[in-house]
Amino acid sequence: MKPAPFDYERPASLAEAYQSLARHGSNARVLAGGQSLVPMMNLRLVKPGALVDINRIPGLDGIRVADGHLVIGALARHADLLASPLVKQHCPLMADAYPNVAHGPVRNRGTLAGNISHADPSSEMPAVLAACEATIVAGSARGTRAIAAADFFTGPMSTSLATGEMVIEIRVPVAPAGQGACWLETTNRQGDFVMAGVGVTLQLRGGKCTQARIAVAGMDRGGLRLPGVEQALAGKALDAATIDAAGKQAGTLVTPTDSYHADALYKRELVATLTGRALAIAHRRCQ
Amino acid sequence: MNIVPVNVSVNGTRYTRAVEPRMLLSDFLRETLELKGTHVGCEHGVCGTCTVLIDGRSVRSCLTFAVQVDGAEVRTVDGLAQGGKMNTLQQAFWEKHGLQCGFCTPGMLMVATELLENKPEPTDDEIREAVSGNLCRCTGYYNIVESIRHAVNLAKESAK
Repeated sequence: MKPAPFDYERPASLAEAYQSLARHGSNARVLAGGQSLVPMMNLRLVKPGALVDINRIPGLDGIRVADGHLVIGALARHADLLASPLVKQHCPLMADAYPNVAHGPVRNRGTLAGNISHADPSSEMPAVLAACEATIVAGSARGTRAIAAADFFTGPMSTSLATGEMVIEIRVPVAPAGQGACWLETTNRQGDFVMAGVGVTLQLRGGKCTQARIAVAGMDRGGLRLPGVEQALAGKALDAATIDAAGKQAGTLVTPTDSYHADALYKRELVATLTGRALAIAHRRCQ
Repeated sequence: MNIVPVNVSVNGTRYTRAVEPRMLLSDFLRETLELKGTHVGCEHGVCGTCTVLIDGRSVRSCLTFAVQVDGAEVRTVDGLAQGGKMNTLQQAFWEKHGLQCGFCTPGMLMVATELLENKPEPTDDEIREAVSGNLCRCTGYYNIVESIRHAVNLAKESAK
């Protein structure tokens, strides 16, 4: 249970980090919080030849609001995001989901950027970012580019980050006034990986739904949206029957695989139930 | 593979060592510094017994490389007792049977230390949340929560 040997680099700036990543190519991994990477290294599931430790790069740990976006730096820790009044105010879905993410000591180190780069489908945040239509900013020696959350998560534990690229910032559109949001999940234990999780944001006008966003965790890839359900809800009053039908529809749209604690059928049932409940709660939270 | 210097304060004592980058902080503490209080259980961040405080915040020392604490202040369970006398939290665990086999205890004490430093009078829910990432396979959680609650009372009494 010890990592394989690797070279260690501790760049003092993003430019230096990009150089390191370019030099080592696909052999390099970025070390931020290390809460996903280091377990895999200890188990020797990954054996990077070089680690580029970005923890000493100044200015990457920010959580701020700019240009109508909540802007989260690559070194913002889960614990800081959980405690952030800006997150509570501007991204209620993230605030609602965060108490479910891991445990205190892991949240003290782990970063949102690292979490989404790891792209575990059973993690909450890929779904949250998908529902919020966030943008992930990636940087490399070739420059920076913005990637929509919908295009970022490409499969289980895989993203559209290219070799030599790292996440430098996550930009979440500020939630519109009156939005109702809710995150619900089922796990064996508080803080554990989800069997199924559902995130919902809703906007109402005159009692009718003007916009619904629904994303699920625990399925076959991270950041999975359910546009079929979102469209079915548009323009409707969210009475009990509509919410029940939306939940049932959600359960038919996901394609989970069997896992040790929950088979695919059970996960579909969870998605149906959690979607209905989350819609009802988000509806109550709408203003 | 390079060898890198680490200059770190552990429980108030400064150490300078040269390590392989792959050396985990848990191994650095136990093997290099011979501070055996920190226990190593699962070595992939699940069990919590290796928890230490880095600059006041609890972390898994098995998920941290020694080189990363260069320049930091680390506190481990070895530093809780002062002058051979248990501190209030340890005394509370002693009095309320907050340990059976004792394997999880170093981690439990360190997350409780962090909790009480940030919140001297936590609610029961906050205590449970604080220890929720640490496994006790004797399943002695009830007495662990009770011990932390007792530590709050002991601290209040001694402040009178």
